[in-house]
Amino acid sequence: MESDYAIEAEGLRRTYRTRTGWLRPRRETVEAVRGIDLTVRRGELFGLLGPNGAGKTTTIKMLNTLLIPTAGTARIRGFDVVEQTREVRRRIGYVFGGDRGLYDRLSALDNLRYFAELYGVPPRDQRRRIAELLELVGLTGREQERVEGYSRGMRQRLHAPEVLFLDEPSIGVDPVAARELRRTVAGLAAGGTTVVLTTHYMAEADELCDRIAVISGGEIQALGTPAELRSRADGRRVVEVEAYGVPDTAISALRGLPGVRETSVEDRGALQLLTVQSDAHVDVQGDVLRELAGIRLGRVDSREPTLEDAYVAIVGAA
Amino acid sequence: MRTLRTLLIGTVLRAKHLSRSPFEVAMALVIPLVQATLAVYLFRAGDEPHRLLEAAVGAGLMGVWASVLTGSGGAIQHQRFEGTLEIIMLTPRHPVLVILPLTAATAVTGCYALVATLLWGRLVYGIPIDLAHPLAFGAATLACIAGLGMFGLLLASTFVLLRNANALANPLDYPIWLLSGMLVPISVLPAWTAPIAAVLPTTWGARALREATVGGPVWPSIGICLALGTVCLVLGAVLLKSFERRARAAATLALA
Ligand SMILES: Nc1ncnc2c1ncn2[C@@H]1O[C@H](COP(=O)(O)OP(=O)(O)OP(=O)(O)O)[C@@H](O)[C@H]1O
Ligand SMILES: [Mg+2]
Repeated sequence: MESDYAIEAEGLRRTYRTRTGWLRPRRETVEAVRGIDLTVRRGELFGLLGPNGAGKTTTIKMLNTLLIPTAGTARIRGFDVVEQTREVRRRIGYVFGGDRGLYDRLSALDNLRYFAELYGVPPRDQRRRIAELLELVGLTGREQERVEGYSRGMRQRLHAPEVLFLDEPSIGVDPVAARELRRTVAGLAAGGTTVVLTTHYMAEADELCDRIAVISGGEIQALGTPAELRSRADGRRVVEVEAYGVPDTAISALRGLPGVRETSVEDRGALQLLTVQSDAHVDVQGDVLRELAGIRLGRVDSREPTLEDAYVAIVGAA
Repeated sequence: MRTLRTLLIGTVLRAKHLSRSPFEVAMALVIPLVQATLAVYLFRAGDEPHRLLEAAVGAGLMGVWASVLTGSGGAIQHQRFEGTLEIIMLTPRHPVLVILPLTAATAVTGCYALVATLLWGRLVYGIPIDLAHPLAFGAATLACIAGLGMFGLLLASTFVLLRNANALANPLDYPIWLLSGMLVPISVLPAWTAPIAAVLPTTWGARALREATVGGPVWPSIGICLALGTVCLVLGAVLLKSFERRARAAATLALA
């Protein structure tokens, strides 16, 4: 009973129970995911975008069978992620960012042989597939060398998964390799692989994803195409101010100004970048500068909102 | 066929992985020598020089068991830390095919301890290696590897479930050495330990090795060691499947 949907999830929840201390144990529960519904079509490139601790990894691990949901159900190609793990696992791949997920004491060839066995790739196909893969990642002739981070995704191609989960794949990757990675992901999706990708980077989600779910506090705050999400910030205007040493009191004052919807501060070395979103019909720039009187300022700019501003607005409203 | 192939390739590659860690190699090199030395002095002091070879074999087997216990515990903990435990548990095979090669590899590499102990005894203390049944000794060694690897799987199933099970299991070195008669003959232990010893594959493996060294029936002990090992394997497989599910519920496959 294979489904037309790659992924169907209803009411997914997950709490973690932790215990710290031996003598007087302190128990804590964390509600990491609080009711997520999603459907992802076959061949879709779906993004989960959200701040630290939003519940992205937890969601992915429930979908890929590593965690059993506290409540709710999920199916991959129609197979239940709790009960039909073998069917699900045959069809999925999972890659997470950072230099992990392969055995760095073994050569590229040995890593591939090991995973080819564990994925049950038939022996007569193994040699050919492994050679193709080494060629693909440019390791032909160097297969006896130990693996490095750049090749960690190759394990997934051994068994050509139908649904690929990528948890922050571009973390710790240099810009050139990140571009290469985005091209690879786009290529896989074009070839019919369903891809679920988590990221902190707006631009990455914007460039790659067919649809994005913005998740924060364990719930989906907004879901749509990048264009739909961008329109969340329609009717707004953004003032950006570069400043040095802005006190917290000034920032709360900015938040209280009439017409102001979101205020965020980003530290860039000695400099702070203030971003103030307001209703487009209210000109807040004068008021903003008045509140910042006496503080050393750099460039001041007023512009149209971007997807990033929409994201800030969505997460800020959560 | 496919299952055997997966187990074999898995074991070879895991052994390769183990042999590339300077720490594991250092442990494997040094520990048996220390144990052999201790055994020699214990038995010299005990005025039983004719039992020196027996003692060296026992010390060697202690090394194999230490390798299985700390090796499997360490390998699973290390992989939990590295994130690869999730990756291998995520493959569509039965978890036994994933975990058994890990413990089998520690038994195989631990075998070096046996060889090293005998050679050390020969070279340094001049203990002659005149085995009563050399052929059966080889068979008993293989049975020990298989039996200890399968016994290791039973323990490893708890390492998969509990985040720090290996820390709890590491002190199991000594009781198993003692109970299985690797260190001192079982006959000197209190009577209540006998039933426990009788169900440990290590006891029969140790006995088979001793019989092959000083003379005795050997083959029945080998048979019982393998049979008990198989029981451990079946039990381990059942536990592993259920612990895997519990680990997914308790979120213990990863550290964070
Ligand atoms: N194994 C665990 N035990 C206890 N709490 C956990 C565990 N894993 C995650 N959490 C908590 O659950 C919440 C969601 O974490 P999760 O890793 O899913 O977030 P995330 O969106 O992936 O964040 P990041 O962007 O930092 O990767 C966080 O508050 C986190 O601290
Ligand atoms: Mg995460």
